[in-house]
Amino acid sequence: MWKTILRRLLIMIPQLIILSLLVFLLAKMMPGDPFSGSINPNTDPKQIEALRRAAGLYDPWYVQYFRWVGNLFHGDLGTSYIQHVPVTSLIADRANNTFWLSLLTTILTYSIAIPLGITAGRHQDQWQDTGVQIFNYITLATPGFVFYILGLWLFGFTLGWFPISGSVSANASGFWGVLGSRLYHMIFPAILYALIATTGTVQYLRTGIVDNKVEDYVRTARSKGVPENVVFHKHILRNSLLPIAAFLGNTITGLLSGSMIIESVFSYPGMGKLFLDSISQRDYTTLTALILIFGILTLIGNLLSDIIMSIIDPRIRIQ
Amino acid sequence: MEKQSDLLLDIQHLHTAYRLQGKFYDAADDINLTLKRDEILAIVGESGCGKSTIASSIIGLYDHKNTKVTGDILYNELNLVGLNESLFNKIRGDKIGMIFQDPLASLNPLMRVGDQVAETLYYHTDMDEKARHARVIELFNQVGMPRPEEMYEMYPHELSGGLRQRVVIAMAIACKPEVIIADEPTTALDVTIQAQILDLLEDIQRQSHSGIILITHDLGVVAETADEVAVMYAGQIVEKSDVKTIFENPLHPYTRSLLNSMPQSDDTDEDLHVIKGTVPSLKNMPRSGDRFAARIPWIPASAHEVEPRVHEVAPGHWVRCTCWKTFHFEDEDSTQKATAASGE
Ligand SMILES: Nc1ncnc2c1ncn2[C@@H]1O[C@H](COP(=O)(O)OP(=O)(O)OP(=O)(O)O)[C@@H](O)[C@H]1O
Ligand SMILES: [Mg+2]
Repeated sequence: MWKTILRRLLIMIPQLIILSLLVFLLAKMMPGDPFSGSINPNTDPKQIEALRRAAGLYDPWYVQYFRWVGNLFHGDLGTSYIQHVPVTSLIADRANNTFWLSLLTTILTYSIAIPLGITAGRHQDQWQDTGVQIFNYITLATPGFVFYILGLWLFGFTLGWFPISGSVSANASGFWGVLGSRLYHMIFPAILYALIATTGTVQYLRTGIVDNKVEDYVRTARSKGVPENVVFHKHILRNSLLPIAAFLGNTITGLLSGSMIIESVFSYPGMGKLFLDSISQRDYTTLTALILIFGILTLIGNLLSDIIMSIIDPRIRIQ
Repeated sequence: MEKQSDLLLDIQHLHTAYRLQGKFYDAADDINLTLKRDEILAIVGESGCGKSTIASSIIGLYDHKNTKVTGDILYNELNLVGLNESLFNKIRGDKIGMIFQDPLASLNPLMRVGDQVAETLYYHTDMDEKARHARVIELFNQVGMPRPEEMYEMYPHELSGGLRQRVVIAMAIACKPEVIIADEPTTALDVTIQAQILDLLEDIQRQSHSGIILITHDLGVVAETADEVAVMYAGQIVEKSDVKTIFENPLHPYTRSLLNSMPQSDDTDEDLHVIKGTVPSLKNMPRSGDRFAARIPWIPASAHEVEPRVHEVAPGHWVRCTCWKTFHFEDEDSTQKATAASGE
């Protein structure tokens, strides 16, 4: 197993290099540089030229690339041309917010999807299954932003049950006060988001159970006199959860990209909202930094999936 | 005279019907069979003739909503037909062991093979974990697995086909069942391994004095291992006898055709004929008359019984219908003559 993981880590190195090259080229293609924002009508253009030269903007591309990578290792993602602050500090807070929102959403998604998938698979073609299938069609067909805006309007504005923006209220104090306020701000978007995100998991689990139920090894377990309940939990369910566990890593990165819409609708200061804001403000430095981060997270998500698989599925370990 | 307790299974008038588009169709039609201690009963027949249906009816593993089982399957005077699940679970794995065709598919890919064998013991004995482990090692030795301690920790995909089938056999015999049902236990294996597995089954039977139902479509296997043989066609038993009689004096046309299809058959000309055609599907099964009549059209209808029954032609030798009395294999010359005659 350790061998598999180590090999998998090694594969990630070229992936990271390619990703960084692509992002670097993207950054180069975007208009503007650190000085374009600070141009003052009174400044001598020659002086700006000199500044640009001093900053190395006329060096060959590979020199610039290695300097950029070197800076990355020091946690320097550049300076926002628009907000004139280091991108790192701009992202740090929001990454934290997005992390907690995503974590809460993931937990909620699985706590809704797994029982639903089990019910549907176990009672295949009965009314319970039909109910779950209808729920699944609705979550599949409903566009996220419509659902979020409706939720926001109904439970936020009209009923006033949940805060409609922000990640923590200004007058929260003390450890528990802040924690409570954060949770209060997160829980509603997380629930809405989780409801929409259940579709895949429910469907995978249902199909897994339906398929595994008729497998020969299940019949073998029954022929040993194993009670039906144990046959289900120990044999059928475990095998049916494989694809879900394998998908876990990818789900996390999927949630990150999906966070753009939910964060924007709820004015929740996270990375997704920052991404959309950066586009509308043409804040290209922040945008490239975020693309790089999302790229790396996707690679990590895949890595996580592979590692989880190698732990839970003995057939993977050998290869 | 045999003792009463020598009779392990007494199957009487077993009908097993599957529901297809709302209607039930018999896949096993009036099956009468007995299995005695120390006996290997072979059930032979082409694919789709209902062999596995009998096995799953005995062990009670079928989709209860879409399958209707009637008749009696007496195991030591306990009727297994309609037995409730919790009682049945006490019998399955303990009194009746089952071996399936495909050993890879028959094992849970996520469980160590040793644990899968131990699972049988968990539900039928009061052994603790250590005792179960020791018993599994003992079983692995018995079924001829090398390095049993090491094998215990393996996953199914790490073993060869032959070893997997040994694990499945160990699982089936873990509680020393009186009845072992093996449904095509060697079909999925290499030819060289097949003989080893059959030898193993015979060894087990000699040691445990159990009765084995061996389902197969390979007459070579039957000749080597079986004591009694039931030949099935289209859901019915067409001939039943001891193995010697079946091979030396087969009567039913289907049995004779099956024997001719054996590769190293060294009989003379006339007997080399094999009857063409296949078993009709469940829905297309004729529900009256001789089901085999359609495949021997050159035999006149009058040779068949209207409602064929099973007749005891000699002690212990049962044959369905009376058509065997006038049966002869189709002669190519005569068919040509017949078509020529009808053309004139
Ligand atoms: N669960 C089921 N539902 C409907 N029809 C079935 C079912 N199981 C078997 N059948 C049908 O019943 C008939 C007998 O099937 P069975 O599996 O008992 O045959 P078999 O003799 O074991 O064949 P094989 O050698 O292919 O294993 C076939 O026509 C088959 O299509
Ligand atoms: Mg079969």
